Amino acid sequence: MLIASAAWAQGAHGSSGSGNILLYALISVAVLVFFYIVVQVSDSLLVIESRQNSSTANSNANFSLFPSWKEIFAPRLPDFLKNKPITILKRGHDILLEGEAARVVDKSVAANTYAVQPPNFVGISPIPKMMVEVGTEVKAGDPLFHDKTRPELMWVAPVSGEVVAINRGEKRAITSVAILADKEMKYRSLPSFKLEDSTREALVSFLLDAGAWPLICQRPFGVMADIGEAPRDIFISTFDTAPLAPDLNFVVEGKEEAFQKGLDVLNKLTAGKVHLGLDGRGKQEPHKAFTEARGVELHYFHGKHPIGNVGVQIHHIQPIAAGDKVWSLGVQEVIALGRLFTEGRYNAERVVAVAGAELKEPKYVNTYLGAKMGNLVEGNLANGHVRLISGDVLSGEAKTAEDFLNYHDDQVTVVREGDEFTVFGWLLPSLNTPSISKTFPSAFMPKMKFRAETNTHGEKRAFVVTGSYEKVLPMDIHPQELFKSILIGDFEKMEGLGIYELLEEDVALCEFVCVSKQPIQHILRQGLDMMREQS
Amino acid sequence: MKKALLKFFERIEPDKKKSPFLHTLYDGFFTFALTPPHVTSGGVHIRDGMDLKRQMVHVVFALLLLYLFGMYNVGHQHFVALGQYPAFFSGFHLKLIFGIILMLPIFVVTHVVGLGIEFYYAYKKGHGIEEGFLVSGALIPLIMPPDIPLWILALSVAFAVWIGKEAFGGTGMNVLNIALLARVFVFFAYPTYISGDEAWVAGLEKVAAGASVDYGWIHLHFFNPIFESFGWATYNPAATVVDGFSGATPLSLAFHNGWEAVMHSYTPNQMLWGLIPGSVGETSKPLIIIGALFLILTNIADWRIMLSMVGGAVVMAMLFNGWQATEFMKVPWYYQFYMGSFWFAMAFMATDPVTAASTPAGKWIYGFLIGAIGMIIRVLNPAYPEGWMLAILFMNVFAPLIDHYVLQGNMSRRLKRAKAAA
Repeated sequence: MLIASAAWAQGAHGSSGSGNILLYALISVAVLVFFYIVVQVSDSLLVIESRQNSSTANSNANFSLFPSWKEIFAPRLPDFLKNKPITILKRGHDILLEGEAARVVDKSVAANTYAVQPPNFVGISPIPKMMVEVGTEVKAGDPLFHDKTRPELMWVAPVSGEVVAINRGEKRAITSVAILADKEMKYRSLPSFKLEDSTREALVSFLLDAGAWPLICQRPFGVMADIGEAPRDIFISTFDTAPLAPDLNFVVEGKEEAFQKGLDVLNKLTAGKVHLGLDGRGKQEPHKAFTEARGVELHYFHGKHPIGNVGVQIHHIQPIAAGDKVWSLGVQEVIALGRLFTEGRYNAERVVAVAGAELKEPKYVNTYLGAKMGNLVEGNLANGHVRLISGDVLSGEAKTAEDFLNYHDDQVTVVREGDEFTVFGWLLPSLNTPSISKTFPSAFMPKMKFRAETNTHGEKRAFVVTGSYEKVLPMDIHPQELFKSILIGDFEKMEGLGIYELLEEDVALCEFVCVSKQPIQHILRQGLDMMREQS
Repeated sequence: MKKALLKFFERIEPDKKKSPFLHTLYDGFFTFALTPPHVTSGGVHIRDGMDLKRQMVHVVFALLLLYLFGMYNVGHQHFVALGQYPAFFSGFHLKLIFGIILMLPIFVVTHVVGLGIEFYYAYKKGHGIEEGFLVSGALIPLIMPPDIPLWILALSVAFAVWIGKEAFGGTGMNVLNIALLARVFVFFAYPTYISGDEAWVAGLEKVAAGASVDYGWIHLHFFNPIFESFGWATYNPAATVVDGFSGATPLSLAFHNGWEAVMHSYTPNQMLWGLIPGSVGETSKPLIIIGALFLILTNIADWRIMLSMVGGAVVMAMLFNGWQATEFMKVPWYYQFYMGSFWFAMAFMATDPVTAASTPAGKWIYGFLIGAIGMIIRVLNPAYPEGWMLAILFMNVFAPLIDHYVLQGNMSRRLKRAKAAA
């Protein structure tokens, strides 16, 4: 209005023709603004009124006369998503790599050695109390060791066989307990357990005894779940969007019953809800085991990686506040949990995607928890100069052939080592370089697949560029400021900026895109450790 | 080629212990020619192809057109003052060579001084040579008047890099924009070289009718014979400034006598395309906008800052149009964008990621305030009819404060959510 009246004054001075045009333009803008305000105010009143009178509990319903921005710009969704609760996220980035696992489960690949690795678990004492020694014969499900401070917290053998090695690392911390597997698997049989008419306490001690407790991951910090405390909610993501990740729809095939049983168990463990994050990206409906799961709340998600990460899903369902504790499990962990009840034994079977462009045939293999890496890729490598990764290329861990698959991983990725010089690497528009930057031609070929390699493409620098982390982190979080607050050890800011809502896998893409090549996941873990020590 | 390069670098590698400074220098050039074979360890296993070198070099790409045009325009303005070759493309070789002779030393001095300090600190602190000065060094020659004495330039660059950057911890740590810091140093320490009507046309003894030209040995005894041998026109040492030439920029004309006075000396077309006196790189609006679009399309500079800066300037200019207290305020708001260095400041100065606000919301506020404050300085400040440099430096100082409040907003949102859930 100020502008309009100022222009009025100008008009009154009787200036030139252009002044008149300006005047009319401003007046018409002012009139439009006036009408807009009138309509907007009355529409808002309408919305408030109808909210108060509405009987439905759906808080997302749009009562306004106008479609919301979200409705206008929503992508066209396939039919199965009509009237389903869906969260659509714009930010993120899918890294498409060559070497996706073919949808066959190879049962012939068998590892001879399996291991449980204490360093896979955050928040336990580094030297757990051993319950077996080298040479002990164990059945699958027999306890191997327990936590020093919480003796009821036990880890059990994934397979039957002979304990062949207890490997130690720095300060005599135990790095792995390896078992040479029997040809014919022998299981410790568990007492039958009636889920319906038992208390939570009884269930918890049953799970502890069965060695199923380590399947559960607790946020914040990604630690072992507290035994005495029920979580606020439990979250399960039923799709994995990381590069070359296994298709969980394929993995769950034939294990529907165990999966549902696992969900029932989880429902008993929390006073809150069990939330299932479902894939709303594709044209096809996710597997029936997920869409028709009972006793859980379903949430569909549409977007790019890291949308399949449970951390991002929690943020959009109900974020973790200070003091909250929530649990999360992977699909195969839920299945293992269910099998305790459907099969009456601890069955650590796991379908693992062995993927990567350096393999002769990328495929799924049926194996057990903690399989030896070398065994999984034996005879399948097309190239010798490679890196074996337990997990995906963003948040997995590099392993040698003698190492073992990590406890929570269901993927092995093989990528080429990129230890070569590149002439004028900062200048060339090289084609085989995944990037979110539009200075590479690949930015204009969104369907293009890359042959991954491990070169850093540059050296570490101070934080310079802003805004690139935000592009790949679809959460209401300021990542760069959070990382800086970790570096200076500002606890108040770390907590305020939402460090509790993140784990390494959630910021892995930030590290991937980082122009300054900073070790973001490492920085975040530092911050999480600092916060954990404080609390 | 890769092997040959590697071999060459292997042969010239200085001993790290005996001559650490030379080794730092060597390392800088080596990593420039060959991206090192470092592989990821811990954390992610694959990395985005973008690194700081690539980021910075693309900003330099965006400036290349401005360099070409700026150098030519320096020559063009010189001959306009003499009344020779008034058409843009006539006397092409004279104008181009004149511009190159002026610009080359400026470019070299900027880089020798700036990179010298940068190299020294890299060696002293034992880290690799960082790429920050690639962009600062490319920007500084473009924002200086063409006639700037080289010793002043050297002083200002040294001040900016030393006090403005290295004292704060090097690339990525500076509070103020380095290129603008160099310019503001000249502005406050040697104001007569960078303001008024004298500064913007090069190669004259004095900007007054009848004043003679100031050609050096290289013009008269090196290039003149060459041109003669081709039968081309040569530099004329007897030429004098024509009557009625003031050298005044559109801004100073507008400040004193309004838009009418500007129209006496320049046409809107001239101002749009940049055939006016001014700092080297700031005059041609279309070329700057091409550079800005390039930066936006490649996601190197932030479009939010650019857009909100335009918004801030438009709003402020409209307010002045309404107020009409001075002649300058009466200049129609859209003509404000024909004059001065608004577009250059918007595309290349305000978007510097280190000194700008870092949060998305903060960037909107930051850009808008630069636009508004810059326009206030331009229109109201009698001492200096251009405001973007001061506005950007001013907002550089306030950027952390803006971010602070944006972050506080995020934190209190999170707190509220926690309370609502509890």
